[in-house]
Amino acid sequence: MPRTIVIDPVTRLEGHGKITLQLDEAGIVQDATFHVTQLRGFEKFCEGRPFYEMPNITARICGICPVSHLVASSKACDAILAVRIPAVAADLRRVMNLAQLVQSHALSFFYLSSPDLLLGMDAPAEERSILHVAHTHPSIGADGVALRQFGQRIIELLAGKRIHPGWTVPGGVNEPLSAEKRDTILGMIPAAKAAIVRTLEWFRGCVEKFSAEIEVFANFPTLFMGLVDEHGLPEYYDGSLRIIDSEGNVIAGELNPAHYAEFIGEAVEPYTYMKFPYYKPLGYPGGTYRVGPLARLNLAERCDTPLADEAWRAFRAMSPRPLLSSFHYHYARLIEMLHAAEKIESLVANQAILDKHVRATALVNSLEGVGVAEAPRGTLIHHYKVDENGLITWANLVIATGHNNAAMNRGILQTARHYVQGENIAEGMLNRVEAVVRTFDPCLSCSTHALGRMPLAIELCAPDGSLIREVRRN
Amino acid sequence: MSAESNVRTLTIDGEEISARADQTILEAAREHKLAIPTLCHLDGLSEVGACRMCLVEVKGARRLLPACVTRVEEGMEVTTHNPKIDRYRTMILELFFAERNHICSICVANGNCELQSLALTLGMTHVEIPYQYPQLPVDASHPRFTVDHNRCVLCTRCVRVCSEIEGANTWGVMGRGAQSLVITDLKEPWGESETCTSCGKCVQVCPTGALFEKDRAGSKVRKQPDFLPYLRIMREGEQ
Repeated sequence: MPRTIVIDPVTRLEGHGKITLQLDEAGIVQDATFHVTQLRGFEKFCEGRPFYEMPNITARICGICPVSHLVASSKACDAILAVRIPAVAADLRRVMNLAQLVQSHALSFFYLSSPDLLLGMDAPAEERSILHVAHTHPSIGADGVALRQFGQRIIELLAGKRIHPGWTVPGGVNEPLSAEKRDTILGMIPAAKAAIVRTLEWFRGCVEKFSAEIEVFANFPTLFMGLVDEHGLPEYYDGSLRIIDSEGNVIAGELNPAHYAEFIGEAVEPYTYMKFPYYKPLGYPGGTYRVGPLARLNLAERCDTPLADEAWRAFRAMSPRPLLSSFHYHYARLIEMLHAAEKIESLVANQAILDKHVRATALVNSLEGVGVAEAPRGTLIHHYKVDENGLITWANLVIATGHNNAAMNRGILQTARHYVQGENIAEGMLNRVEAVVRTFDPCLSCSTHALGRMPLAIELCAPDGSLIREVRRN
Repeated sequence: MSAESNVRTLTIDGEEISARADQTILEAAREHKLAIPTLCHLDGLSEVGACRMCLVEVKGARRLLPACVTRVEEGMEVTTHNPKIDRYRTMILELFFAERNHICSICVANGNCELQSLALTLGMTHVEIPYQYPQLPVDASHPRFTVDHNRCVLCTRCVRVCSEIEGANTWGVMGRGAQSLVITDLKEPWGESETCTSCGKCVQVCPTGALFEKDRAGSKVRKQPDFLPYLRIMREGEQ
């Protein structure tokens, strides 16, 4: 008999969603859809507000990645002011963005995914949590907590508070960095780097256990997109967009992020509030691409810091072409954390970081502005239009998680086809369906700018659409 | 009138104090470090008794009286805090929050807002009155300043400072009740006002984020209304 499995809500994600698996008469998965079920409408209710409020307003989209929105939004506002902000302000924003990357990656890797990696995909559901990890693997749990703290503490030192700081503003930042705080940051770097290196070594040792998952966790050709600098090195704050295909060929390089609308389209599906961005020249869904840690490390020429570069070489040595399995997002996340810690160190060690001139002021000089930066999950685009007084008339936010939407849907289908068959579905199989989503570390509240509870659900549906089974965790 | 007859003796919260006959209960209380919350009152400006935050109980009076516009009287017995007064004040505060769109988290005045401070001081934990969510305009036509009516509490400090200190009379009030709006000139866009001198006093005295400087948005804006009494003294000295 045809069936529908519903996993609702899917756990250990940021935001609220569910998964529907459509089975045929023989119990084979025919289709899988990933629904993000709530809408917040930030783009609409921003209309009429002064543009300089946008960093603070859009930061409230998310408590995990407010800094990413602050940075992208401030850059869009810089474009409206049409000023070149002081170099030190850009570097200070860079440091905060990298600190954000570390804390968010630590959250994803240790808090959300390490239970699967340490305890196994088939471990009892009640044991798959960071609390249990802290009990069974205290040193890894402690490293996770310490790395998240490392990122959050730097954000606090720079901006005054850890979540939703108001320090990044149109034209630069509010306050310069003091020498005392600079020294505190520098003092925290060695321990953070050591913790990341330890985690990388452990992960490399255990990754072979997951060869089956690597094979089917969204393991298919797509494009990859991310920011790079003029030398093709990973860039998180500025630079140009590069798109590569699954063979590693650069199919579009040096794309001006401000012109994103010329090469990125946004498709809409009726079953989810999350949009489906695609590379316009290849259409939808042919132009499906992935963003985030895996994409960034796939398309970069190398990393520009010693430890991260070494790790990047080992990572890329696993395949002569770009790594296609989304399972490798985990690995990429660890390398990016190392890269970020080293970059923070080099930026902060530069005496110029203490420069006091941190903000440029101007009135509205352009009626439109685009700000693009790399958020932990991938490329984040803020695009505003204003009237001559600076009041927002239109806003569009293209969120990192959204870019990965089509790949996530396909990945769920691939994983479900492999693991879900027939009526009797083991918990560990459904956990793998959730786990493939976790590799992308989607931030569902950001992706729809939606208000929601954390968990996500899976539905199993009959060919006629009737619901057969629903897995829901509260 | 002799000096003796100019003095009034009264009790505030059981404490016997003396005050000049031309003083208000609020002035007398503050002179003796007795706290009464206020919002529309500002040292250096005339009193309007608009916000009702300073309601106090006066023995013999049938209703609560605003301390800022009630003169002291001989033998008056004033209570500034009791459960009834606190309840009234909290409800008035809730009405302020419900009447317009006060979203502290994204407000330029967050952390430096008198309305927010009152809510903290008076322990307002939630608003029981349904929010009105009015659709109100933002006027950003002035090159330096913005007025966001969503955050205005109609205290009229801007109106008074513009008239009494700057003498420009740019600000006024139109409409009635909750529909009232502070306006510049005859409801011209602020940037087109012919009377505004762009002195910025209105911004400095505004207790919330309704009036603010554009290039300070996102900053920790700390307004500085304390200059008013000195300014007043200096200007009166010139006349």
